[in-house]
Amino acid sequence: MTLRLTDIRKTFPSSEGPVDVLRGVDLTVAAGESVALTGESGSGKSTLLHIAGGLELADAGQIVLGNAQLTDMNDAARAALRRDQIGIVFQQFNLIPSINVADNISFQARLAGQHDAAFCSGLIDKLGLTGLEARFPEQLSGGQQQRVAIGRALAGRPQIVLADEPTGNLDEDTSEAVLEVMHSLVADTGAALLMVTHSERLAARLDRAVHLSHGLISA
Amino acid sequence: MTVFLTAITALLSFWRKHPGQLITLLGGLTLATALWSGVQAINAEARASYAEAASALGQDELERLIDPNGPFSQDVYIALRRAGWAVSPVLEGTLTRDSGLIRVFGIDPITAPPAAQTVDLSAAEDLRALLDGRVYGPPELLATLQSSGFERPLVASANLGSNTLLMDIGEAQQLLDQRGLVSYLLLWRTQNTGLPPVNDIAPELSLVGPETRSDVASLTDSFHLNLTAFGLLSFAVGLFIVHSAIGLAFEQRRALFRTLRALGVSARALVLLLSAETLLFAIVAGSLGMVAGYGIAAVLLPDVAATLQGLYGATVEGTLTLRPAWWVGGLFIAVLGAGAAAAQSLWRIWHLPVLAPAQPRAWARASEAALQRQSALALGLLAIAVCVGLLGNGLASGFAMLGLGLIGAALLLPVVLYGLLTVGGRYAKGPVSNWFWADTRQQLPGLSLALMALLLALAANIGVSTMVGSFRLTFTGWLDQRLASEVYVTARSDAEAEALRDWLEPRVDAVLPIWSLNARLAGQPGEVYGVADHATYRDNWPLLAEVPGVWDRIADGTGVLINEQLSYREGLLPGDSILLPGNWDAPIVGVYSDYGNPQPQVMVGLAAFDTRYPETSRLRYALRIDPGRADALMSDLQSEFGLPADTMIDQASIKEISLQIFERTFTVTGALNVLTLSVAAIAILTSLLTLARMRLPQLAPVWALGLTRARLAWLEVLRAALLGALTAIVALPVGLVLAWVLLAVINVDAFGWRLPMHLFPTDWILLGLLAIAAALIAAAWPARWLSTRAPNDLLRIFSNER
Repeated sequence: MTLRLTDIRKTFPSSEGPVDVLRGVDLTVAAGESVALTGESGSGKSTLLHIAGGLELADAGQIVLGNAQLTDMNDAARAALRRDQIGIVFQQFNLIPSINVADNISFQARLAGQHDAAFCSGLIDKLGLTGLEARFPEQLSGGQQQRVAIGRALAGRPQIVLADEPTGNLDEDTSEAVLEVMHSLVADTGAALLMVTHSERLAARLDRAVHLSHGLISA
Repeated sequence: MTVFLTAITALLSFWRKHPGQLITLLGGLTLATALWSGVQAINAEARASYAEAASALGQDELERLIDPNGPFSQDVYIALRRAGWAVSPVLEGTLTRDSGLIRVFGIDPITAPPAAQTVDLSAAEDLRALLDGRVYGPPELLATLQSSGFERPLVASANLGSNTLLMDIGEAQQLLDQRGLVSYLLLWRTQNTGLPPVNDIAPELSLVGPETRSDVASLTDSFHLNLTAFGLLSFAVGLFIVHSAIGLAFEQRRALFRTLRALGVSARALVLLLSAETLLFAIVAGSLGMVAGYGIAAVLLPDVAATLQGLYGATVEGTLTLRPAWWVGGLFIAVLGAGAAAAQSLWRIWHLPVLAPAQPRAWARASEAALQRQSALALGLLAIAVCVGLLGNGLASGFAMLGLGLIGAALLLPVVLYGLLTVGGRYAKGPVSNWFWADTRQQLPGLSLALMALLLALAANIGVSTMVGSFRLTFTGWLDQRLASEVYVTARSDAEAEALRDWLEPRVDAVLPIWSLNARLAGQPGEVYGVADHATYRDNWPLLAEVPGVWDRIADGTGVLINEQLSYREGLLPGDSILLPGNWDAPIVGVYSDYGNPQPQVMVGLAAFDTRYPETSRLRYALRIDPGRADALMSDLQSEFGLPADTMIDQASIKEISLQIFERTFTVTGALNVLTLSVAAIAILTSLLTLARMRLPQLAPVWALGLTRARLAWLEVLRAALLGALTAIVALPVGLVLAWVLLAVINVDAFGWRLPMHLFPTDWILLGLLAIAAALIAAAWPARWLSTRAPNDLLRIFSNER
């Protein structure tokens, strides 16, 4: 399933007048492709990712995922699309603190009615979380929490995974390990991956990298 | 459906991890519902008793003939019967006993219509026994009467309301000292045709329809409104807890909501789920609250019954009955309250962007703009309250003024506290002190709801206790004036009264007749008293308004006095006139205070009374004597005339009884006061407990910079005490304004009398200390929790994203 963003524009108000964060971004992520989105702080990377996932609305432009036109959808339809087709990994993990690791991992799959216990179990194993299933997020290290978040994003077998600086809160070694496992698992499921990162080194490990500068894709 | 089930699991899992907060929420709602439904149960029980009273002898089904001036001669009845009218006479009155007032119904069992036959008299021997003096009454009342030496054959009947006696009319006339009089005539539904009009036979009689509301129901409306207002206040204070708990749970779950939205739960679904969660809590807490409310009502009902008896002579059963409407009403109010408390949070979730900041906002610094908006709203409400007070009249506008004023004051509290804390901060010396004041200010948004609840509870406490205290002082002084005579005696017959007078004249300083007549005054049942021209009245009687030479006018029969209630309700003042029985359009020459009496009353000179109402028996007398000789005189009266103990009473005893009734009257108010204050203390405790966990990120850096956990904990306690004390200071003027409104507006409308306001500074100091103690107790637990945190918990603040 291809994600196609066409002429995406977004302006935020500020005390010094409106700020054009995205000024006509065109980006396509093909099925199974992994793309790194790099750029300076404040260049609009996260905003573009959020718009791609229907978390935020663009002021103008087209967002098409497979045959679905996100621009025409209301909140409930966008929520359903996210639930069924998109996996999201946040920099700040955003796990549900009151449920355990196993339940966190299977959560989105259950929401979508696509829970597969064996698949989840395999994910837990591949993520190196075996034995930690009954723990709660607060009892895990940052790296472990991000692995849980990755597992949650993949458990429903999404068409695309959107990752917003998934290693931004982790040290270098942990970042490597987490990215490795995410990359290989996304590849296993055949999903596309669009990952925001600051790191040129991490970006180089994906199929393609695009650079966002002054609200436009520059490479 | 899967979405709903999975998402609700995540939402509910929050409560599993935070059971204390769940208990807070359910406890707050349970308390609120309990206080409200308890009051409603009491009101429902009282109203059912009034309805029962209204249906006694079938008045709720049968038409009646009455004389608007009051009881009339039974000769009128005889004349109507002779003319062919199927009517039956009833004499209705009250007897005063130590245990309270007893309603007495005298009927003619031979002519009573079937609807009026409350007891079964189908057997000839029962009919004969009634005619021979048998008295029917409820078992509990009969037991009391038997033990007090009531000398008539008594038979229990479950059909009669509590404190109600039924007997033959002749017996009742004797007992009530209303010989030859009837209160009204019951009309049979079917009458012969071709009868002469009633007007031709008895032009003074009027036909009235079935009575669905007793006089007492109308009289007590204001009392129940007062009680409802108090219940509503308690409910509102309870809702502060619920609102606070729901609001905090919302803030704590912001991250969860964001995650759920990001993972595919729509805003609509989330709001629906949270609404269902709120409904579930409302039903659970509502049911628990109903059970607790039933318990509260069961405990308070005897005191309320005593109050109603003391203030209005209204009889209310002392036991509770479970009524389906009460259950439904209670659950409805619980759902409504929870909905109201959750509405703001739900609205915010509905409008929350998917990527709203996940950090709890409870600790957000109160912005100047928000405080300004809140001040404007509070001042607006206070201005409306003043306008309502100036322009409106009546009980409803009095309560509207109270409600608006209290809400306005509560909204203004955070603004005032913010200002006080800013001023305090200016005088702070040293970094810890600076941080303390600034941090306290920063905590205001999170604590303001609980502090508002405390303000309301304290203000209500100050207001109501000032009102009760003022009433007590005034009432005691008034009793001293009003009960100037040393002994009061009631003869059992006119002959005995005459003998008593002759015997007493040489033995006492003065024998002052107290002769009275039951009458309808301005449409209400009341009394006309005949009083002697004597210094006892001239020197002591508590006059509120008078014309010059008032007592001379009373003595020569050219003027009458009316009580304050009658003056207020009918707008009558000295210079006006009032229509008394016998078509006497009497000029009003004065108004006297008559606290505790619900009925209109008129005092006329003894000579005029004697001339105009010669039929009235003359059995009661007040005796002036050296107080030291009062006991001996009563003892002599007993031995000389064989007078039973309950026909004589000395001044001290009657004052004691009056004060006892007074104290019981306000027991309910006191109990509700304590409950409301307790609810506010719980609100503070729950807010502090909940916020304690969210405080860690604020406290960890201070700890890291060198303050020990123990010192931080002490500062937390000190902060709570400071906020409690400041709230108590702000509550004082609010409470005094509340007291003024209660005394000058609500009481005047509710009871018909206005009382002077007295101030009780010692009570305020005690209440202030109580507020500080409540805050200290509430702060102790979270402070202990903080002081025992492992350093690891604080360190995690720096390593984890919060």
